[in-house]
Amino acid sequence: MVLKPNLDDIKNICFYLGKIMLGLSLTMLLPLMVGVLFGEYNAALDYLIAGEITAITGLLLIFLCRNDKEMSWMQGMIVVSLTWIVAMLAGGFALYLSGHFKSFLDACFETMSGFATTGLTLCQDMDHLPYAHQFWRHVTMFLGGQGIVIVALSFFVKGSSGAFKMYVGEARDERVLPNVISTSRFIWLVSLVYLALGTVTLGSIGLLNGMRAHNAFFHGACVFMAAFDTGGFTPQSQNILYYHSFAYEVATIVCMLLGSINFKLHYQVWTGNRKELFKNIESSALFVSISLLFILVAAGLERSGTYSSAITLFRKGFYQLVSGHTGTGFQTIYAQQFVNEWSDLSLVAVVFAMGLGGAICSTTGGIKMLRLGIIYKALREDIKRIILPEKAVVVQKFHHIKDIFLEDKQVRSALLITVCYFLLYIVGALVGMIFHYPFLDALFESTSAAANVGLSCGITAPGMHPLLKLTYIFQMWAGRLEFMSVFALAGFFVAAVKGK
Amino acid sequence: MRTRIESIFRVLGFVSVLCFLWPCATGVCAPAEAVSSSVLIHAAKEMDGTTVLFEGEVIGDIMRRGTYAWVNIHDGINAIGCWMPFAMAQTIAYTGNYKTKGDWVAVSGEFHRACPMHGGDLDIHAHGLKIVRGGQVVIEQSDTAKKNTVFVLTGVVCLVLILMRFKQA
Repeated sequence: MVLKPNLDDIKNICFYLGKIMLGLSLTMLLPLMVGVLFGEYNAALDYLIAGEITAITGLLLIFLCRNDKEMSWMQGMIVVSLTWIVAMLAGGFALYLSGHFKSFLDACFETMSGFATTGLTLCQDMDHLPYAHQFWRHVTMFLGGQGIVIVALSFFVKGSSGAFKMYVGEARDERVLPNVISTSRFIWLVSLVYLALGTVTLGSIGLLNGMRAHNAFFHGACVFMAAFDTGGFTPQSQNILYYHSFAYEVATIVCMLLGSINFKLHYQVWTGNRKELFKNIESSALFVSISLLFILVAAGLERSGTYSSAITLFRKGFYQLVSGHTGTGFQTIYAQQFVNEWSDLSLVAVVFAMGLGGAICSTTGGIKMLRLGIIYKALREDIKRIILPEKAVVVQKFHHIKDIFLEDKQVRSALLITVCYFLLYIVGALVGMIFHYPFLDALFESTSAAANVGLSCGITAPGMHPLLKLTYIFQMWAGRLEFMSVFALAGFFVAAVKGK
Repeated sequence: MRTRIESIFRVLGFVSVLCFLWPCATGVCAPAEAVSSSVLIHAAKEMDGTTVLFEGEVIGDIMRRGTYAWVNIHDGINAIGCWMPFAMAQTIAYTGNYKTKGDWVAVSGEFHRACPMHGGDLDIHAHGLKIVRGGQVVIEQSDTAKKNTVFVLTGVVCLVLILMRFKQA
């Protein structure tokens, strides 16, 4: 029997949602300060308005729904899924006020793309966007990459029980440290240290490349946030092609790979266990997957004769592949060049790379390497069972921080999420085909949205159909939260209607 | 008399040839009609290696690389990188951003679909640059409606905070 949610359930959800909204309103102080710093007072006002509306709503929710009840798993999941929708609306409102978006839906698309670290953009006249709005677009990636709820967990939520439920709801099923709040703070520490290093590195390269000092370091900070959080936004409409720099490409590849590594692995490396980097199933799977898929990309580009020299082929092919595999979405070619110049084989390889993604408990989207590794090990175990004598005991292990025996429930969970991702990719492609896009193009864009990548073959544009925009928003949201919170929200609504 | 007319025609012919060759030699010679970025990207294979005229607004930074520079030009659809001598880029007064409308320039040069010199980038190696329209500083107009909204919302925030404080007390 399905139980109808009672008023206490709703009050508890709204109370935590209010707290998170209050946290979100405070993050809008960052672009506000950037606006004041650069003398963009209208842009600063946009964040004051959006921030105040978010704060008022948050305060009212806290005020009206205050209670001391423990949060249930269901409530935790619903808080997370609603948080992402509320964050999209609040953040989108500030961007909409900039006048650089065709509609409020476009601004919401941009914010969801930012928070979900996707990087697909509908911004118009991006090259004239104020610094404040540019900064916010990239901050959404930084917040979303670490997890919006993690921000609140780190600073606003007392007690680790409710915190853990929300932490898991935000597609983080691994704790770096025993306490979930310590884990959240560690994730922030890692991100901020890398942010400082990345900004200095990319800023210095920009300076050497002839950019003005303030632009070099502003772009450095923005591009780092987008690279480490495997987002894909850039401050200019040409994406990474704007910089015309090999050094910039190398530096962003390093940032993207750092972002695609499990935070748990970062912790191991930081605490001196560097061997783990080579032994871990996720890093091994990522290395193998990138190598194999690059062979396909290169073969496709060679056959189509897209690039005349091997060096050019490597530079363009490898960059787009790593960008897709890590879920970043930086491009050094124009979106239309994918379709016009790249062969189908290369495109399919990039689609696979996007669909697979990086590591669990990282900032990437997609199926993820640990699941891929587990499925591979399970397949090997089954083959062994067939080959070896019936009485032989077949045991399969994998190394992820420690040696772990492969269990059926791990395989089941990995396969279930993988199937969900495949369905999401296909559904998006079908919707794209309804709007007359060829199958491969529609699949490319759909996978890019659902796996939170951001590479585009040209479909994503302000002129695309609103239904397609809504489909991609849903894909970005469901893909980022890895389905469970979305299913919980759907279940909550079903229970509210059909429950007794 | 006839030889005089012939010599006048000869001089005129020489002058007209010079008029045609001089722009080519100085790099200003280009197709009369500007081509859009979407044509360049869509028909990149057909246009590869040809001399094109590309018009648009200079955006971002002029990035100096030794005696050359990268100038990104946006024609309203896409921006394309143009590689040109730094001395040529120095004629640009304004580059586009939030506070500036960049110079609208016409660049003639060789179009590359995948430039072998620049790692396969789609670019234009400029031979000539002409400022079509000068850019300008954009003065931000204060938005009164936004200011009033902030004023009202700040009042509401204070009210809610007082209400919460009152209830707590």
